[in-house]
Amino acid sequence: MPRLSTWMLRAALVHLGMGFTLGALILFNKGFPVFPSVWATLPLHRELLLFGWLVQLALGVAYWILPRWGTRRGATWLGWVAFATLNLGVVSAGTGGWLLGSEVLILAGRLLEAISALAFAIHAWPRIKPPGA
Amino acid sequence: MPLLVRWMIKAALAYFVLALLAGLVEVAGGPLGLSLPGTHAVFLHLLVVGWITQLIIGVATWMFPKFSKDRPRGDERLGWATFALLNAGLLLRAAGEPLLGDALQGAARWAVAVSAGMQLAAGWLFVINMWPRVKER
Repeated sequence: MPRLSTWMLRAALVHLGMGFTLGALILFNKGFPVFPSVWATLPLHRELLLFGWLVQLALGVAYWILPRWGTRRGATWLGWVAFATLNLGVVSAGTGGWLLGSEVLILAGRLLEAISALAFAIHAWPRIKPPGA
Repeated sequence: MPLLVRWMIKAALAYFVLALLAGLVEVAGGPLGLSLPGTHAVFLHLLVVGWITQLIIGVATWMFPKFSKDRPRGDERLGWATFALLNAGLLLRAAGEPLLGDALQGAARWAVAVSAGMQLAAGWLFVINMWPRVKER
């Protein structure tokens, strides 16, 4: 497994654990509403599990298994850009929706996530190719 | 395909069907005069946790780099515990959440609270078991 995939997949696992932790607190609170302020973390819960876990896991596995040129995977730096911007985007949009209710942070997060998608698409595009090409 | 993986993927497929049935109940509930307020959350979580996440957990357990020659999938007991806790927790939630605010509220409250603990444990057990298998060659 290449280094970038290990970073993406481990980051995805961390996001899964954190997202499940917030989800469990919210669900427990539905049964016993002892700390109603936990509802404010719902946007962060969604962000962690949708982008931090599911999207990042897909990127990490795709980077690992898509066709290569021998041992080369093409523009590796674009993959690192995708990794960095996705995680910064999750933190920005997630905390913007939770702590601060900040539209600016949410917007910045969405912009970073869009840059991540673009960088990964440009990286992966030429790797979608027939065998031997 | 190992036994644990087969159970996980078949359970995931079952949740795929269950989730869409829950979605159907949610939409049909109004015209039929049923009031089940938690059905939307149940529908979403059956789909995203029961189907998508469990499918990923199953495939990752199967395909990720081996932990070692002797124990290719790490500690299998953790894998089975993840499977049991995730599914028991999710089913408990699906049963309990629509009944919150109903006559069975006391039981429903405990069902969702216990469900939360079970799913939390399942998530972290998976992370702990999978972490050493995410490695460079």
